[in-house]
Amino acid sequence: MSASDILVLAETVRGNLSGIVSELLGAARSLAHATGGQVLALLLSSDGTPFVPSLQAADRILLVNHPALAEYAPEPFLAALQAVVQAETPRAVLIGSTSIGWDMAPLLAAKLPAPLVLGCQQATIEDGHLRAVCGLCGGKMLAEVRIQEAPAILMILPGSFAPASGPGKAEVQTIPPPDLPGADGAGIVFRQWILPPPGDVDITSQDILVAVGRGIQQKENLEPIQQLAEVLGGAVCASRPIVDQGWLPTTRQVGKSGMTVKPKLYLALGISGAPEHVEGMAGSDLIIAVNTDPKAPIFDVADYGVQMDLMDLVEPLAQAIQTRKK
Amino acid sequence: MKIAVVIRQVPDLIEPLEVDSSGKALDLGSATFILNESDDHALEQALLLKEAQGGSVSVLAVDFGDVDNSLYAAAAKGADQLIKLLWDDPNRPPWPQQAARMFAEVLRPLAPELVLVGVQAHDELDGVLPPELAVCLGWPYVGVVRGVKADDGQGLLVRKEFPGAVMAEFAVRLPAVLGILGAEQPPRYVPVSRIRAAMKSSQIAEQEATVPPWAARVEVARLSPPAPAERAEMLTGSAEEVAQRIAALLEEKGLLR
Repeated sequence: MSASDILVLAETVRGNLSGIVSELLGAARSLAHATGGQVLALLLSSDGTPFVPSLQAADRILLVNHPALAEYAPEPFLAALQAVVQAETPRAVLIGSTSIGWDMAPLLAAKLPAPLVLGCQQATIEDGHLRAVCGLCGGKMLAEVRIQEAPAILMILPGSFAPASGPGKAEVQTIPPPDLPGADGAGIVFRQWILPPPGDVDITSQDILVAVGRGIQQKENLEPIQQLAEVLGGAVCASRPIVDQGWLPTTRQVGKSGMTVKPKLYLALGISGAPEHVEGMAGSDLIIAVNTDPKAPIFDVADYGVQMDLMDLVEPLAQAIQTRKK
Repeated sequence: MKIAVVIRQVPDLIEPLEVDSSGKALDLGSATFILNESDDHALEQALLLKEAQGGSVSVLAVDFGDVDNSLYAAAAKGADQLIKLLWDDPNRPPWPQQAARMFAEVLRPLAPELVLVGVQAHDELDGVLPPELAVCLGWPYVGVVRGVKADDGQGLLVRKEFPGAVMAEFAVRLPAVLGILGAEQPPRYVPVSRIRAAMKSSQIAEQEATVPPWAARVEVARLSPPAPAERAEMLTGSAEEVAQRIAALLEEKGLLR
């Protein structure tokens, strides 16, 4: 154990290691290089052995195996995470800004208690101090913060750090679990996974996506946008507010809590470009964004931008495309 | 079911945000405040549960920003009790950790079976209210919730959202705190006339709560808008001209078929 180690929570969802874990390991490696400590990957599950080959970028892989950890549930996961953090006393704990991370990071910070930073996009050690850059207010502000106290809990924004590369020679250590609340003792018990209903368009396999955001203002405006998508031979998808309004199903949602898409064309209409949305579409080949706000963050990731009310553009664009296709 | 909903005011992101003279915090004096979006969903989810099962909905907020309007709007939607926790610093709201302790103090004697809070407020940087509140109350917590229903008198069935439109369903024993991402239906609309009527028919109970001392564990060295990245190439002209340019661009890249 060392106060210079960096601990990564290696989360799994439905039997798969989450995509962000390799980024967390990359961030941890960079920090551990500066602190002189080790990178620790913590995996909480019923049996973590199958995941060991995927965590070789760590120096030590810590496995806590227990039947109560077979599927995610907040109480046993928090109890196990807290016990390991208290035993290992790392300098920092890196947790992904994911569905599980949004439970674990703030709960751990509240329980220990320990400093917590959300939306972390950069993390460095300078003069012995941990420094981080974090986004807030939907990406419209960046905060540069310093954290002296250890362990610092950093919630890492996906896409912010290069994944750790190369196989290593990680030492595997199985840690006896603490007393964990099981199905009888826990207040929150996992029941089942619910998968999206089949039959809707799979937006992850579309070459062309027309994405709509809050800027469409009313549900009726979806119709001409649907027509534009048909003219383009693509499908309509959306940012979270549109799905929250019930205007499109969750299967059409792009972003952190929705789908990750990489189409050849992503036409973003009335989408501001909050980090949670950009996370799901930044890998698109060509991004064209239309927004009335010239400072909208979407223009930072788009190849081409148009400052205009999207509804003024939709019909002329559909006509122009139809004309060229003839 | 006796439900409590905690709501917060946040700066409206439609309006420009300014940094104050310290260079380390938002200039809240120049901000317009609105109800935190996920708190609006928490209220909607509470009202849906009440309509399905009976019971009551109490709405709690710290006295900051334009909170009275949000509380009266909650009453117009169907909330039964409005509670405003007194707060005397007009320049900033309490830290999430402070707010959690204040809400916990008021919630304990209120004894709700369920507390719903929006999973996140966009201006939170170093603390998240709902899990802090759950830890203060000693109740279980799960967040990123997108649906709640009764479990045949056994508690609740709660759906937590994961990527790819996948949900995990949990059985939740009460009491508990849930961090709501989205309600099962969009927050209901109430016309201004009903909010005005609620201002006359409803009362906001002002309540004092002990404001715990709080020393921030995270030091903000600088707050600023992000430096301009490599921006998109902007297409200008009339809608027709821009449409023609985009169509030409797509044709050039082989994207018209």
